[in-house]
Amino acid sequence: MTDLLAVQGLTVHFATDEGVVQAVDGASLQIGAGEVVGLVGESGSGKSVTALAILRLLRPPARVLGGRIEFDGRDLLGCSEEEMRAVRGAQISMVFQSPRTSLNPVLPVGHQIERLLVQHGAVPPREARERAVEMLREVGIGEPERRARQYAHHLSGGMCQRVMIAMALATNPRLLIADEPTTGLDVSIAAQILDLLGDLGRRTGAAILFITHDLGVVARRCDRVVVMHAGQTVEWAPVRALFHAPAHPYTQALLRSIPRVVGTGEMEPIPGWVPSPLAPPPGCRFARRCPLARTECEAPVPVRAVGGEHRVACVAAEAS
Amino acid sequence: MSTLAYASADEAPARRSAAALLWRRLSRNVMSLAALGVLAVVALSALAAPVLLPYDPDAPDAERTLEPPGRRHWLGTDLYGRDQLTRIVYAGRVDLLVAIEATAIALSLGAVLGAVSGYRGGWIDQVLMRIVDTIQAFPSFILAMGIAAALGNSVTNIVIAIAITHVPIYGRLIRGEMLRIRETEYAEAARTVGNRQRRIIFYHLLPNCFPPVVVQATLAMGFAILTVAALSYIGLGIRPPTSEWGAMTAEGASYIVSGEWWIFAFPGMAIMATVLSFNLLGDALRDVLDPRMKGV
Repeated sequence: MTDLLAVQGLTVHFATDEGVVQAVDGASLQIGAGEVVGLVGESGSGKSVTALAILRLLRPPARVLGGRIEFDGRDLLGCSEEEMRAVRGAQISMVFQSPRTSLNPVLPVGHQIERLLVQHGAVPPREARERAVEMLREVGIGEPERRARQYAHHLSGGMCQRVMIAMALATNPRLLIADEPTTGLDVSIAAQILDLLGDLGRRTGAAILFITHDLGVVARRCDRVVVMHAGQTVEWAPVRALFHAPAHPYTQALLRSIPRVVGTGEMEPIPGWVPSPLAPPPGCRFARRCPLARTECEAPVPVRAVGGEHRVACVAAEAS
Repeated sequence: MSTLAYASADEAPARRSAAALLWRRLSRNVMSLAALGVLAVVALSALAAPVLLPYDPDAPDAERTLEPPGRRHWLGTDLYGRDQLTRIVYAGRVDLLVAIEATAIALSLGAVLGAVSGYRGGWIDQVLMRIVDTIQAFPSFILAMGIAAALGNSVTNIVIAIAITHVPIYGRLIRGEMLRIRETEYAEAARTVGNRQRRIIFYHLLPNCFPPVVVQATLAMGFAILTVAALSYIGLGIRPPTSEWGAMTAEGASYIVSGEWWIFAFPGMAIMATVLSFNLLGDALRDVLDPRMKGV
């Protein structure tokens, strides 16, 4: 399958007063057309920075130092700002983690969708209103005509996220980046939102990059998973392979740390801390917490295939 | 889809326009009601002056000079026998108009300046804010005097002078708001969908800066009126025979010793009542708007 999006060796640093924060260090991931990929990792592992880098929306002090971001055969890092504006919102859309605050409080929600449609020339201006209402209906909002005239503070958190999804998909993008789209929503609403995203993704053929720290979300809704740790991508696998035969010690530890309601499996926290991004250890950044660590881990770690599409950046991992 | 169930009609609070809500909250406060009342009287009488009043503000009446307040002339007459009430009402036109125009100009300039400065940051911010600092380094009344003296004292020039001295007020305020708002998620979202920077700044973000600006503009209106009056009092503002509160007070000042108190007292009270009302209203608006109009 040719990749819709291919990120290769992405490196992003933040210049701060305390030093250079190496937020993302050589991250790689691929997404095929129409595919649902999960990007998993702890808070601060560089997931959101990677997403913003893809849209070229990082601002100082963040700087992209290296890597390639190819979207649909085009190198996004080489695009002009003008070209990027045509990509953002039209070909790549994004859904954020706090739906309530992601909507402009002084504009009616329907109006915000209309503006977007008109701006990207998706529909003629006179049809924008109708299409916006149609989108709201599509994402399961009752009385869409009335809701379109309301403001974000009139709507519940779940509805706001529906509006965000309507907005993200209104232009028929090829890729939707959902950055922890269910944070702050209660469990049942979160499930509805995830179902809706998956549903609409399938219907419109948009690929989805799910950014999350919730492995449960990944298990049920993704085709493939990319695991990120301390700014590095450490494992790439089809979702079944990841859960049945996790190859990277970090992934294994992550899976063991999920609390279980049934069975006798104890929840096992990962020992130690995430290394400081100011002075990360050379080579594998998980080495100091890793039970399998050895001297080779101090050097840059090569990526190895451990079966099929399953790859891992670890010298100790065994082929499954 | 299983999703329609919760998106029912009663979930959102009853729809009420922001203006109606603002009114409801303001009307709870006696002081702000009184202030609104005074301002309404001043503004409406200024608008309807020719209909309301039988006298010509500028026509002298040699037989009735320096008449104390009475049945014929409620607030007395001045040295030329002109009706004081009429002149005060007509003066309200001039003072209010100058203040409104100056505020509108200062607000527009300050909004552009502050919004660009706050959003862009960096050297643009440095340059714009140093310009603002320079304006602010002068005592504002001295600056207004200087500008009015340099340009010559026509109404337009007084407006310009006051507008310039007020630009920093709005520029700084809006810059500060913009610094906060540019980091919000809806700002990020606006960038994510490929908006132009100009559009993000002026269409998506600037309107979000407005609650504190409304408060500031109301307070600054009072200050602007005080400045017009003060400039006119010292002869740098609106010149007689045009009726203007400050100029009228100045004319009356020389009669204090000879006992004709009404000539300076009533225009002075007009200034005081109007400025006080703007200040009270501004304070009330701050109380209403500042904890953010959540749940409007």
